[in-house]
Amino acid sequence: MAIVVERKKLTLWEKTYIPQTIGGLWITIKNFFRPAVTLEYPDQYPVIPDGYRGSPALVKDSEGREKCVSCQLCEFVCPSKAIRVVPGAIDPSSPYSHIEKAPKEFYINMFRCIYCGMCEEACPEKAIVLQKEFSLNVDSRDKMVRDKKALYELGGVEPDKIMKWKRVKDAAELEESK
Amino acid sequence: MSSISFCLLAFSWDSVLGVLLWIVAAIVVLALVMTFAALSVVAERKVCAFIQGRYGPNRTAIPLVAAIPMVGNFLKRNGLMQLVADGAKFLLKEDPLPEHVNKFWYMLAPVMSLSPVLIAACVIPLGVYWSGGEAFPLSAANLDVSLVFALAVSSLGVYGAIMAGWSSNSKFSYHGAIRASAQTVSYELSMWLAVLPVVMFTALDSDNPLNLFEIANAQSGSAWFVLSQPVSALVFLVALFAETNRLPFDMAESETDLVSGYHTEYGSFKFGLFFVGEYGHVAVGSAIFATLFLGAWNPLPWTEWPEAWGWISSVLACLTFLLKIAAMIFFFIWVRWSVPRFRYDQVMSLGWKGLVPLGMLNLVAYMAVSALAY
Repeated sequence: MAIVVERKKLTLWEKTYIPQTIGGLWITIKNFFRPAVTLEYPDQYPVIPDGYRGSPALVKDSEGREKCVSCQLCEFVCPSKAIRVVPGAIDPSSPYSHIEKAPKEFYINMFRCIYCGMCEEACPEKAIVLQKEFSLNVDSRDKMVRDKKALYELGGVEPDKIMKWKRVKDAAELEESK
Repeated sequence: MSSISFCLLAFSWDSVLGVLLWIVAAIVVLALVMTFAALSVVAERKVCAFIQGRYGPNRTAIPLVAAIPMVGNFLKRNGLMQLVADGAKFLLKEDPLPEHVNKFWYMLAPVMSLSPVLIAACVIPLGVYWSGGEAFPLSAANLDVSLVFALAVSSLGVYGAIMAGWSSNSKFSYHGAIRASAQTVSYELSMWLAVLPVVMFTALDSDNPLNLFEIANAQSGSAWFVLSQPVSALVFLVALFAETNRLPFDMAESETDLVSGYHTEYGSFKFGLFFVGEYGHVAVGSAIFATLFLGAWNPLPWTEWPEAWGWISSVLACLTFLLKIAAMIFFFIWVRWSVPRFRYDQVMSLGWKGLVPLGMLNLVAYMAVSALAY
């Protein structure tokens, strides 16, 4: 159905442009005295919401144990092939030797990363987590490929409530003592 | 003029001193117009930013100057060093001289755009001083017909636009120039129709009503003309916006449809001259409006700075006048960022069908009032 928009006839006063001009000036002067909404970026940082997909990093649990077991699922799932994992064995003398595997090296190429978060979704150990970091500044191209050390520095500690590997160890020790 | 010719005919120290004083006065006025033009560039950017919820230029810093405590930060936050950067940019950029232009007129146009403004500024009385019980204007030159001179010379600035548009040999420039000239012709008429009632009111108690100083004096201690003649003031103001090619009558430049209008082919310092010329025009137009309608250097309607205070009054008068110019420039900028540009035919019909008849009616009405008052 066609809708006919009623066009109001302008009065003589309205035809002079004066009321509209004054109305416009009123609006702009109100804005003039409002505080600016600009965020002065490098000096002020925006508030990053939770769940933000920034750069991925490796995390440790509250005991300081590296969570990654180098299963390489993240490497496999990464659509942009940004992740390279070099698997390695855990030293038998370590208290965590029952976990058997940990990454010898872990590289994330931040030039390739598309911040999709699939590595985080795929990780069975919640060892790789997307951080809030969004501004990557380096002075050489090599530094954009992050190694294990840099990734742990960025990720820090992500407390683990379940402590799966500790339970496994406790259960095994209980079994042995019986 | 007499003292210059006198100086040429017979050398005397008095006449040399007189000429030197004139030169100093002219330089002061020139510096004043240039300062206002430069500051209004910053003001334009800042005011438009505030209106749009931004901060405007607040980062440009000259290394050593920015390090001065308090002052450096003040200059930086208020974009005053941006001004220096802009100026340096105009000076240092490549100055193109396109192959296809008419070189002579192309080079002359920017000068023609700026110089009339500076000449017109010389006759504007910036204040008043008293000597021997008589009031004198603080102006570089006090002509009998300073009102006519100021309006006539400042509207010569449009020749700069026409020369630029024609010599640039580009369609955008050409259209800009045609619009500028048509607009000036249309609005010049209503501008004069709005000025005449003011002259008539001044003529009631002055025998030299075409002098800006006399017009200003007529408002000292009495109603400003904006109060006694609001319609004249409105018509003059609208015509002034059109004359200075400011939005909403930004026909000559109209960057949405003409790239950059008459100065499309210009760059570097030549463009800078057009740019400064535009703001100089705004400053001088504001000064003329303040003199004609806003009571020139008088602080409030029906009041004036007392003669008994001597030079203190003169200084206060001067500051009042400069403040009024600044307020008018703010108004120019404020309107620019509030009202969208008119279409070209709307500009023409507003000028010829709106302002000219209104100005004529207004003139006839005040003619009748003045005749009765005689």
